Order: sequence, then structure tokens, then C-alpha cells
Amino acid sequence: MSIPQISDLNVGDIVAERTVELSRDSLVRYAGASGDFNPIHYRDDVAASVGLPGVLAHGMLTMGLAVQPVVDWAGDPGRVEDYQVRFTRPVVVDPQSGATVTIAAKIGQIDAEAQAVRVDLTVTYAEQTVLGKAQVRVRLAESL
Amino acid sequence: MSVNPELQGRTLPASASYLVGREKVREFSRAVFAQSPLNHDPEAAIAAGYADVVAPPTFAVVVQEHALAELLALPDTGIDFARVVHGDQRFSFTRPIVAGDLLTATLTVTSVKTLGAHSMVTAESRIVDASGDHVVTAISTLVVRGDE
Repeated sequence: MSIPQISDLNVGDIVAERTVELSRDSLVRYAGASGDFNPIHYRDDVAASVGLPGVLAHGMLTMGLAVQPVVDWAGDPGRVEDYQVRFTRPVVVDPQSGATVTIAAKIGQIDAEAQAVRVDLTVTYAEQTVLGKAQVRVRLAESL
Repeated sequence: MSVNPELQGRTLPASASYLVGREKVREFSRAVFAQSPLNHDPEAAIAAGYADVVAPPTFAVVVQEHALAELLALPDTGIDFARVVHGDQRFSFTRPIVAGDLLTATLTVTSVKTLGAHSMVTAESRIVDASGDHVVTAISTLVVRGDE
């Protein structure tokens, strides 16, 4: 598997982009896989009763899918050394049309000595970013 | 009800151990749209030097949740779960989680802050394997909404 070479990278390079279509099925699937059965993620009546604009995607689902283009770019999930996000806006998932989430991954910092890079994620839904300070530190050394 | 400021600095006993199953890793991988063969195919994972399929980075949340549930179940936290919103989340890895790992989490409340009517509780779960070696630390900040 080929590893991205640090010497080929510049701060500001877009290294991965992806669009993910979320549906209510995606939320039920994530609830089961993660064990997070908070009903605001699958019941419209419960979401409305606590004042939400609709059923929301789990923040951890958004965080989980947003890093995947970076994992594929790096070639190995084990190259992710650190990953952090701030949850700034909810993703409302319509029962019929779902929600479209787009991800752009850009080189934010290069640490040539440590053979690692910081990749900054811009994650967008309905033309607004939903994650703040979404940063992935990726190790690009030949051997892990 | 407000968050008990004396929670800051408290460390809970280590959580019950969590055995990472191969099918659970695959199920979680599908749920977060993970496409890497290392998440799904044991042979690809072994070829890459792992003992079994590799969990996506955010899988550590499953182990963290057990520790957080124990925190929220304490009688004196003052945290009303219905008012809790996930503020931010971080994972810092020594190595990725791999199927077959037997993990335990030790949670420490590192910070309790008040911001207007809201409180922010930061909990750090140090997750180790069966040998006691560090795998990942999961840091979660919960925002507890106060009366508006």
C-alpha cells in the first residue's frame, strides 16, 4: 500500500473530498453499532418534544464518517494518531430526503521531523459547517 | 440542579473489560461509512501487520460510553442527562484498536466549568489493553444546559 510522501505535500493542499448521503436508515444502523439509542436520533416526536428542528444525526456518526476520506488517503486507519472535533451545529436528517454531508480534508500543518501531518476537515451540511476545529493528526512514516 | 464542582479531579474505578469482536468492528465500520479493507478483511489487516481487523478511529467511543455511563450513574454528579449535549470529542492513540483486544477504561473528570447557565464537564477515559498498555485516551466534553 503506498503511503503519501511528506515531501510531496504543501500546507493548504486538499488531499481528500467526499459526499455522504445520510438517511434515517444510517442513523438506526449507527445506533445499533454504537449502542447510542437516544431517541432524538430516530423519533420525530421525541425530537420535537425537546425543541429540536427534527431527528438529528449522532454527532459521533458525523465525526466517524468525516475522518474516513483521510483514512483512505493515508491507507491505514492505524495512521490516525489523534482526532478531535467540536460539535457546532446539528445535522437534521429528513425522513424522506435524508441529509447530504460533504467533507473536505486539507493539510493544515506538516511536521517533517515526526513524519506526521495535521489534516483539517471542513464538514458541511446545508451550506454550513457542522464541526469546528476538526483536526486529524496522521503519521506518514514508512513503518508504524 | 447544577453540576457538582467537586467532581473535578475524581477518578472512577476501571470499567468492566470490553472484548472487541471482529463482527462488531465490521458492523461499526459499515455504520461510519468506513471502506478500508483493514476495517473489514482479516487477511488484509494481517498483511498490514495487525492481528485482526482494525477498528475505525471513533470506535473508542463505544468503550468510553461504558465509562461515561458509570459517571452519570453516580448519585452526586448533579448532571441531568436529559440536558446533556456532546460538546467536543478527542481521541489520542498509542495504537489503533484491533479485534481481539480486551480493553478497560479508567475515567477521570479533568474539568468542571460553568459558563453562564451552562456547565461543561470534561472527562478523560484512558483505555488500556489486557497487558495494561495504553491504546487510546478518549476525551469528551459534555455541555449540561442550565435553565434558560
